[in-house]
Amino acid sequence: MSEHGFEAEKLAKRFGKTVALDGVSLAAPRGQVLGLLGPNGAGKTTVIRILATLLRSDRGRASVAGFDVAGQPGQVRGRIALSGQHTSVDEELTGLANLVMIGQLLDMPRRHATQRAAELLARFGLEDAARRPVASYSGGMRRRLDLAASLVGRPEVIFLDEPSVGLDPGKRDELWQLIRGLTAEGVTVLLTTQYLEEADALADGIIVLDHGRVIAAGTPAELKQQVGGRAVVVRLDDPADTEPAAAILASVADRSPERSTRHELVVPVTGDDDFFEITARLREHAIGVTELSLRLPSLDEAFLALTGAPATTTDFTKAA
Amino acid sequence: MTTAPARTQPGTRPLGWLRHSLVLARRSLAKTTRSPGPIVNGVVTPALFLVLFLYLFGGSVAGSTTDYLRYLFPGILVMGAGLAGMISTGTTINLDRRNGVTDRFRSLPISRLAPLLGSVLADIVRYLLAVAILFAIGALLGFRVHGSLAAALAAAGLAILFGFCVSWVTVFIGVLVKDANAVVAFSFITFLPLQLGTSLAAPTSTLPGWLRAWAEVNPVTQVMDACRALLNGTTIGGTVTTTLIWCVILFVVFCPLAVRSYSRQQ
Ligand SMILES: Nc1ncnc2c1ncn2[C@@H]1O[C@H](COP(=O)(O)OP(=O)(O)O)[C@@H](O)[C@H]1O
Ligand SMILES: [Mg+2]
Repeated sequence: MSEHGFEAEKLAKRFGKTVALDGVSLAAPRGQVLGLLGPNGAGKTTVIRILATLLRSDRGRASVAGFDVAGQPGQVRGRIALSGQHTSVDEELTGLANLVMIGQLLDMPRRHATQRAAELLARFGLEDAARRPVASYSGGMRRRLDLAASLVGRPEVIFLDEPSVGLDPGKRDELWQLIRGLTAEGVTVLLTTQYLEEADALADGIIVLDHGRVIAAGTPAELKQQVGGRAVVVRLDDPADTEPAAAILASVADRSPERSTRHELVVPVTGDDDFFEITARLREHAIGVTELSLRLPSLDEAFLALTGAPATTTDFTKAA
Repeated sequence: MTTAPARTQPGTRPLGWLRHSLVLARRSLAKTTRSPGPIVNGVVTPALFLVLFLYLFGGSVAGSTTDYLRYLFPGILVMGAGLAGMISTGTTINLDRRNGVTDRFRSLPISRLAPLLGSVLADIVRYLLAVAILFAIGALLGFRVHGSLAAALAAAGLAILFGFCVSWVTVFIGVLVKDANAVVAFSFITFLPLQLGTSLAAPTSTLPGWLRAWAEVNPVTQVMDACRALLNGTTIGGTVTTTLIWCVILFVVFCPLAVRSYSRQQ
């Protein structure tokens, strides 16, 4: 048994004139989550499709659960699960029927398939909705059902392509919880995302992809160091407080904050202590805030730091 | 609650492709019961033409509506089978790809063709349903089979076979194009010349020159004539043979094309 859940070496793929992947290498030890981070069109879905045996790479090699994706695709398919960018459950069928069908396609006898489906529906909080058509489900419920569908066959490796797209923050946190639960069972996960925050919340390792190339790789901590740490964001109750608040931020962070038009102040900080110091001083001066947060750099800021250029391609119509 | 056992090693049980296709055929039929578009398409449109033509032309073409019904109904049956198959698998295949369903199926250890095969198997059930409903509507309006029961079954079988063979054209289109609407557009555009430019409403000999020329070479005319002869117990001539030849041509050309592009598609 390979010690890697999956590994890929110098994958290259073109679609006509579009170079989708240009020498991508990545690997994840068994039981870990690898986050593939990049803007739209970076090549994330293409990597997933190659590893899931849906697409052949032009060059390079990859293995999943110890089997070569090109040479032994059948063996690979027996050990993986894919949850795509769109939820791929059938609207017209009930949640239960969707899962039972996957079980039957995996050669489970009907009784086992039903039992497994019931288990997963319970685990994903969909018991009450089990016998309703998916058309009546909310976006969050669909996502959970989609994830449950990938777990029916107890896969060793799971590919999640932008799992939290279209979910509001509450639902997203719920999904994150479920994804973290997967690794507890020793499942290896490859997760793509456009949000550094998501990769940070879920991944053991992060690969940053841009224009089909790996532009950075490391643990979330290493990456955050590279892209220049975090920032404190303050939005004020009363615009009249802007000057005193800015003075506090400047004195703690040792640099003057940026001001946006919405009475919002942003200043980079080096650690948690700066954040607590700012909080304490704002209270001392009785400055009311509508929002106060310590946030990671956005993907755009991270890209600026990593490449010296902003993240490109926001052409959503082209997303495959 | 006990835990369900782990999955069996995939691909170890024989005839997997057939079992998986049947599971997927059941999926397709379950979807039809909730959104019965193809059946409605295969029943409502022909039924409307049946009633319309019957009362518009019944008197003038055949003298009485009863006689005209005998003439008209077999062609309507062919139209029904044609329409039922026309959009069903072609659109499903396309929608499944766009919705990422095909990707999920292809990441499972099942035959790559199982989803296509499953949908086509389900189509056959949909044809049967459309044809059965049309027979019931025909009977209500007063249509009676005048040939033998075997001949009537042969007529239904021929209509369904032709619908099945034509459907490979739309399946091929469904695999190729990006947008499922193109499949519907195709069946819409070809409806007029293929289904109505035939002997459906009146014998080709009574049609005006240019329409007559087209109707006589249109294979659908042959199918309609064959079904008419079988259901009314009149002389069949070469129509059944011609129909079968057309079926073979359509199937031999478009089935491999569709299957090949479907299984190669990445
Ligand atoms: N089937 C395809 N045909 C043509 N171009 C494609 C296809 N799939 C992806 N691409 C192109 O390859 C590039 C990478 O796409 P993708 O892997 O989907 O990026 P991401 O998932 O990171 O948004 C994009 O420029 C995209 O337009
Ligand atoms: Mg993508």
